[in-house]
Formats: sequence, structure tokens, C-alpha cells
Amino acid sequence: MKALAVIVYRDLLLAARQGSATLLVLAFFVITVTLFPLGLGPAPGVLALAAPGVLWVAALLSALIALDRLFQADLEDGSLEQIALSGLPLELVVLAKAAAHWLSTGLPLVAVSPLLALTLNLPADGYLALIAAMLLGTPALSLIGSIGAALTANLRRGGVLLSLLVLPLYLPVLIFGVLTVEAAVSELAVRPYLLIMLAGFCGAVALAPWATAAALRLALE
Amino acid sequence: MSQADTTPVRQAASGLHRFANPARFARLSSRILPWSAGLAGALMLLGLLLALLVVPPDYQQGESVRIMYVHVPAAWMALFCYVFLAAASAVGLIWRHPLADLTAKATAPVGALFTFAALVTGSLWGKPMWGTWWVWDARLTSVLILFFLYLGYMALWQAIDDGAKAARAAAILALVGVVNVPIIKFSVEWWNTLHQPASVLRLDGPTIDASMLWPLLVMALGFKAYFVTVLLLRLRTELAERRLRAFRRRALAEG
Repeated sequence: MKALAVIVYRDLLLAARQGSATLLVLAFFVITVTLFPLGLGPAPGVLALAAPGVLWVAALLSALIALDRLFQADLEDGSLEQIALSGLPLELVVLAKAAAHWLSTGLPLVAVSPLLALTLNLPADGYLALIAAMLLGTPALSLIGSIGAALTANLRRGGVLLSLLVLPLYLPVLIFGVLTVEAAVSELAVRPYLLIMLAGFCGAVALAPWATAAALRLALE
Repeated sequence: MSQADTTPVRQAASGLHRFANPARFARLSSRILPWSAGLAGALMLLGLLLALLVVPPDYQQGESVRIMYVHVPAAWMALFCYVFLAAASAVGLIWRHPLADLTAKATAPVGALFTFAALVTGSLWGKPMWGTWWVWDARLTSVLILFFLYLGYMALWQAIDDGAKAARAAAILALVGVVNVPIIKFSVEWWNTLHQPASVLRLDGPTIDASMLWPLLVMALGFKAYFVTVLLLRLRTELAERRLRAFRRRALAEG
């Protein structure tokens, strides 16, 4: 347990010292969301309809930005090998690293999304559902993304391949995340959709580390 | 030396590992290929003749129901190929059978093409029936995701240079994507979709009339035989390429 906390703390410290990861992801998120009103036109009705989808698509793309360095940095300087040899179960190490990734990129996204939803005229009913759905969805994005990150860890231009591999797996999160916010906006029952998001989160926590750990063992050979 | 040390060093390859020997595989496949190719051609020809000439027009859809005889078998094959690919990947990961990884690699392009054919023929069928080329309902979206999964799988094989590592990485990816298969199959039951619900593979038995069902099954078998033919051809090519690379490496080392 303590060892895992150390891994999380180390990753967060590295992210904070290298500085750019969180800010880069946030800047990308804001810029991407800004593209849509410029592209769709400023009509408030249109933007309000598009707001859940725009926010979620931008969140998905932003989650991809910081993913390719998740394992690559540690693989390159040899620390991943040391962690793997340390006797800690690799699956738990993956959970720890994904948690650190979420804390440094996913959580800021969740924090900023209501502000951007304001600029997109999201109706008032949608905000709580948006935050709840994102709190459940972004960790799943970090975990599912970690599978792709591990598979492409020692490829030179792994970033683009990462997107191709991971985006089809992200689509259920996107679909149900948007449905949650739209249900709240239409004053329909939000609970079923939130439960599905929770199920996706639980499934990702339970299953993704196995695939990621297998891919990491492959990368370390 | 104790009794235990006198076991023979070289054990005869057991079970399916016998076919890992490329020469034996080449002999077996050259015996199977003419039959499967002939069967594929004959069944598909028969199926198409039945579909175009013998099957009665649908009471609602008229003549355009005949696209079903290409669309449905292609969709069945798309799903089958992915499950087959995932199973081969699992065999490769667990039992390390050398041909298992190659089988998965060879199946992917075939499956991708069947998926593409299903999407295109479905679109052509949808225009007269539903009035639209495309709709974002659960079945069409999940089949499109399947198509992207195939593309990602093939891209991962291409991206990693080391053949053995590429095989295992791709196997992991294939097994992760298997989650999509039940979603596709049950999407028309779980969600309110424009695509019609299952009429053949249902717990209560097929709801489609026998005169329309038999040509469908003939076409499906023909597509299966075609798949076997193409798979064997691709495997032979892959093994030949490996021998070529080995020869080239040896020539470079000696020359």
C-alpha cells in the first residue's frame, strides 16, 4: 500500500516539476472547446444543444494528449524496469500510475468543464450531471488509455497509433457520458446513465490493469 | 542416473503443435485448398442464383430484400472473424502455438473487408428501405467500432518490428476489443434501434420463412468456405515470406 502511494506521489511530483502536462492538457481542452462555437456559429440554441457532445469529445481528445508519456518516460530511463522487479504486482502499479495520471490531467478537466459549459450555454440542469459523469468517466479514460499507452510505449511515433487504438475503446464512455448530461437537461432520469457510467468505471478499474500489465511485461522484455 | 533422467530428449509434437511444422502445414493446406476454394465458389454461385432468381420477393420490401443475401452473411462473417481472431490470439498467448499468431494476423484483413462490405451493403439497402444512407443507431455504430478495432489491430502489427512482440501486443489488443462483440450482437435488443432485431439467431428460433432462410444459409456457408480458402492462402504466404527472410539473412551473414 505504502509503495503504491509512493508511486502516485512520485508521478505527481514529476508532473508538477516538469510543469507542462496539466497546463498543456487544460489549454488543449479550452482551445478545442473554443473551436466549436467558432465553427458552428454563436447561436445560443445550437451551442446549448451541442454542449454535452462538444465537452465530452474535447475531454476525450485532451485525455489522449498526456497518455503517450504515461509509461514511455519511465521505460526510457529504466525506472519502469526497477518498479517491475521490485516485487510489487504490476497490475497495482498500473492502477497507481493511472490514478496519478487522472489526478494530474483528468481531475483538472472535470474542474474546468463547468466553466466551459457556461460559455456553451449548457442549461442549468446539466451542470451537476456533467460533473458527476465526468468524475466517473475520466478515470475510465485514464485506465483504458493506459492499455494503449503500454502497447505503444516503445514505439517511436506511438502517439498517433495510440489514438487509433484507444478511441474505439473510448466510444462507450463518450456515448453514455453525453446521454447522462442530455438526460439531465431534458429533466429525465439521470440515475440509470450514472449507474452505467459507474459500471464502466468499475469495469475499467477491474479489467484494464491486467491488459496494461501484460503489455508492460511485453515492453520490458 | 535415476529412471526419471532417461526420458527421451525429443518428444513427438503433440496435438495441434504438429501443424506448427511449416512443411507439414504446407502439405495439409495444399490438400485442403482446392476443396475449400471449389466449395466456396459453388456455394456462393448457388446462393446468388437462389437469392436472385428463386427467392420470392418480400411482401414489404419487394425485390430489394435480395441485398440481404450479401449483407447478412457478410455481417455474420465480420463478427465470426473477430471472435476467431481473438480465439487465435488467446491460443497464441496461452499455448504459444506459432501458427496461432499468424492465423490471427491473417484473419484481420479478411474480417475488416467483411465488415466494410456489411457496412456498404447495409447502407445501400438502407437508402431504399429507411430513406437514409446512414443512421447513428446502436447496431451501425458498434459495427463501425468493430471496423476501427480491425484497423487498429492491423496497424499495431505493422508498427512493431519484432514479429514475436508484435504478435503478443496485437493479441492483447484483440482480447481487449472482444468486449465489443456481445455489444454488437445484443445492441438491437438492448436499445431502440432503426436496424431490425434478430430474425435468425434467436432463442425462440428463426422468424424468417424457410424459403428465404435456406439461400441465406447457403451464402453463409459459401462465405465461410471463402474465408477458409483465403486464410490458408494468407498463412502459406506468411510462412513463405518468413523462409525468404531467413534465406536473406543467411545470405547476408555468409556473403
